[in-house]
Amino acid sequence: MSIPENLQYTKEHEWLKVEDGVATVGITAFAAESLGDIVFVQLPDAGSAITAGEVFGEVESTKSVSELYAPVSGEVVEVNGTTSDTPEVINSDPYTEGWLLKVRLTGDVPDLLDAAAYAQLTQEN
Amino acid sequence: MSRETSLHGVHKGLGALFTDFAGWSMPVRYASELAEHKAVREAAGLFDLSHMAEIHVTGKQAADVLDFALVGNLTGVKPGRARYTMICNESGGVLDDLVVYRLADEHYLVVANAGNAQVVADALEERVAGFDAVVDDRSETTALIAVQGPKAVEILSAVTDADLDALKYYASVPASVKGHDVLLARTGYTGEDGFELFVDADEAPALWRLLLEAGEPHGLVPAGLACRDTLRLEAGMPLYGNELTVGQSPFEAGLGRVVKFEKPGDFVGRAALEERSKQDVPRVRVGLKGAGRRAPRHGYAVLAGDTEIGEVTSGALSPTLGYPIAMAYVDRAYAEPGTELSVDIRGRIEPVEVVALPFYSRA
Repeated sequence: MSIPENLQYTKEHEWLKVEDGVATVGITAFAAESLGDIVFVQLPDAGSAITAGEVFGEVESTKSVSELYAPVSGEVVEVNGTTSDTPEVINSDPYTEGWLLKVRLTGDVPDLLDAAAYAQLTQEN
Repeated sequence: MSRETSLHGVHKGLGALFTDFAGWSMPVRYASELAEHKAVREAAGLFDLSHMAEIHVTGKQAADVLDFALVGNLTGVKPGRARYTMICNESGGVLDDLVVYRLADEHYLVVANAGNAQVVADALEERVAGFDAVVDDRSETTALIAVQGPKAVEILSAVTDADLDALKYYASVPASVKGHDVLLARTGYTGEDGFELFVDADEAPALWRLLLEAGEPHGLVPAGLACRDTLRLEAGMPLYGNELTVGQSPFEAGLGRVVKFEKPGDFVGRAALEERSKQDVPRVRVGLKGAGRRAPRHGYAVLAGDTEIGEVTSGALSPTLGYPIAMAYVDRAYAEPGTELSVDIRGRIEPVEVVALPFYSRA
């Protein structure tokens, strides 16, 4: 399973890409694969605040529900509407078309995993 | 360490993702459970069910011992036919739900759920005492493969000479499938037409491959336990551990019709079941239909206004219907189709409507 080199990762299987103070957040291919076919995703509205380490939404597959944990604190500036109409895009393209949120950072980016460290983590699982 | 079926290597080769189910490492899906579900509804799916238990009961009093051991009338099953039934304990609690095939006058095959295999085998072994019959648990050496879906007949007819037109629903016949001796049964757990093939575990990998090859032109795909669960839920079929538990009798489970009090002689649980059949059950099993995409799930509370009046036993976003469906037990007063209730889905109260079961039946 591919793990893009240009992203950062959390132990909760989210990925993060920071550009000009705005972080794009999604879940990893490993997470999507483990969940199975994603049929529903619940995300906060644009304009709301999320806090690092706290739950900001959930993804549901046929068999399971998984909470989403915010990797950073900030204000949600954009939500990927595609994921509400066609949540399967998270399975098929988790790192590009299947992104979830764009967040304007209000604090520092915490220490996250690079691709190699995340690969190590998924192998341990 | 989970047990593996004789098809484990085949599943690995097909890229299956495995899950532990009742102590067995079973394929949960191969690629996409939604695609597998759709294939079974529209073409066909191939399932490994080798974790289920196959217990043979033979002898002059095979029919009598099963009439004593189970709640159904097994004497009344003609050779070649099968019946859905249950095994209860003395107090009428359901130990398992079963499909029993009568293979000959003095030969029955009892198929039990993997999770209850030992309980059922032990109970039958105990209940056979005093009868001229023998209980032989052949689960270890028997594999079970299912071909389910509207194309199942076409697929099977390409690989067997068995007269499939003559094989009715809930019937079985010994057959040869390209040289493999199988018991070919027209049964299943998906709401579709289909077949279940009992075969020696050693022969299962070869049989699986030839069925897959014969089925591929018809759209058959290998299918895992995830889609098996959504298929059976759409078909309104109970699952032991969800809709059925040892804490309930068949009456509380809404399946009292399987208890045959009219059969002669005593049977295990008769007195308790007679008592329980006279009482109005407090809660009944219903279907729920939701709006949106958030599915009620096992264990969630069913509400009428602010009052908790039931509990969800199984639920999912129906892949075929496109809306959330669930089975639940609710207080009798709220069981009428059309009743508007709600379910607490992780703190959000979502509206649901009581609907008749099954949610889906094939045309």
